[in-house]
Amino acid sequence: MIQFKNIGKSYATAAGETVALRPLDLEIRQGEIFGIIGQSGAGKSTLLRLINGLERPSQGQVLVDGQDIAALPDPELRAARRRIGMIFQHFNLLSSQTVANNVAFPLQMAGMKRADIDQRVAQLLDRVGLRALADRYPAQLSGGQKQRVGIARALATQPQLLLCDEATSALDPQTTQSILRLLADLNRELGLTIVLITHEMEVVRSICHRVAVLDAGQLVESGPVTQVFLHPAHPTTRQFVVDAEHLDEDEQHRALEAVPGRILRLTFLGSDTYRPLLGQVARQTGVDYTILGGRIGRIRDTPYGQLTIALTDGDATAAVARLEQAGVHVEVLRA
Amino acid sequence: MITTATVLGLDPAKWSEVLVATGDTLLMLAGALPLTLLLGLPLGVLLFLSDARQRLENRWLHGALALLVNLVRSAPFIILMIVLIPVTLRLMGTSLGVRGAILPLVVGAVPFYARLVETALREVHPGVIEASEAMGATTGQLIRRVLLPEAMPGLLAGATVTAVALIGFTAMGGAIGSGGLGDLAYRDGYLRSQTSVAVVTVALLLIIVQILQWLGDRLVRHFNRR
Repeated sequence: MIQFKNIGKSYATAAGETVALRPLDLEIRQGEIFGIIGQSGAGKSTLLRLINGLERPSQGQVLVDGQDIAALPDPELRAARRRIGMIFQHFNLLSSQTVANNVAFPLQMAGMKRADIDQRVAQLLDRVGLRALADRYPAQLSGGQKQRVGIARALATQPQLLLCDEATSALDPQTTQSILRLLADLNRELGLTIVLITHEMEVVRSICHRVAVLDAGQLVESGPVTQVFLHPAHPTTRQFVVDAEHLDEDEQHRALEAVPGRILRLTFLGSDTYRPLLGQVARQTGVDYTILGGRIGRIRDTPYGQLTIALTDGDATAAVARLEQAGVHVEVLRA
Repeated sequence: MITTATVLGLDPAKWSEVLVATGDTLLMLAGALPLTLLLGLPLGVLLFLSDARQRLENRWLHGALALLVNLVRSAPFIILMIVLIPVTLRLMGTSLGVRGAILPLVVGAVPFYARLVETALREVHPGVIEASEAMGATTGQLIRRVLLPEAMPGLLAGATVTAVALIGFTAMGGAIGSGGLGDLAYRDGYLRSQTSVAVVTVALLLIIVQILQWLGDRLVRHFNRR
């Protein structure tokens, strides 16, 4: 659906050339929720805006459905933008217009007839649960309600693709969850492809299928969320995970020094998470285990567990083999 | 002896002069304000849109417009009126009276209002402009559906300030024979030392300004949804 081909962006500033995005390749597939995570200034906002041509690349191409966005003449670019919805951190609603008129706005620009607009707006407001607020002004709404208006507006022209620019960063945790749920539902119901940028791993974990990690304008890691979240390779990614899971790595490492035996990190994914594997293997191989730390939760709908354990006595090698055989990912932290 | 009775120190003949002058002031305002708003609005929009990082970014156009606007705004209005006399004569047939005052009033007030328009447009949240770009708005749609409605309170406040400034300009019009309250205050009140005429005309000007401001404030409040 979207292909970034050797795309890069730099700006000329008074201090010389500033690189916002180092050349990178990336593909986003039809129907997936793709997360781009990075600290502020990492270049994620630039990357997102290259997709609908709000930013122009200094090099390379962005293909959306095979169309080179930067090469489109103005009228075609506007037409392409109407097929791409976008929502924003600060909602960016028209403060002078009612909720209904805000949602009607892209339809009016597209030249739809008044009666059709009214009908479509009613549908959209129903879908985001705001029908009762149709005649309010944005200033009278809560943050979550404003973002729902933003989503209804973005979906008005029935786009195949939705870009989310830190869409939940200005919301409290509870509201964030309800907006994320709405996005996940829309992805499922409409087959809507969603690209979101965020600085919160929690957002990626809740709804994304795949994720790319940006650090200082560079793509440092990308892949399925289950992979990147459970086995982060780059220090920046690890930091995001540690922050999201409230892990205290220092404390773990200090604890490890005082513990005898082999130290392993076991990762269970999917239904394995609920099997009594560890006890079985311990009985079969005669090992003893101590749980040193761990986390359990869900990535989208997939349960996961990750335990750091120390193995003593028995046949540790056989234990590792059996765990791996059962589909558990085993990482040896200390042999 | 009723005909010579004075009210607030003015005799009936003077009062009828005051009445005519009030009418002239209002006529000059009624003639100049709509034209000023009509011409100042597009000029202000163009100033805003041609600025850096805006839709029609163009350094030369913006620079040229800014220079023109500043040139007119820095010229004292009295000088502007005198310079414009030949143009006024050709376009309006006379440089005197209400008819002769309209053109210099408009020329003087358009750049003033254009700057206020530009300032009001800068107050529009940049995110809202970006959102409409993302929705594929044309420049016309951006102006009519986003910029002007979103900036409406500021545009109306600017129109109010401009109307009051025009009242001030009309007062100077007396110097080239435009008539109006300012002219009366200057001729009778100052040159002939008729203090009561000065007091009455200033009071009337104050009332007009108060009414304009009150009207403007009401309109601003009506359109403010923030």
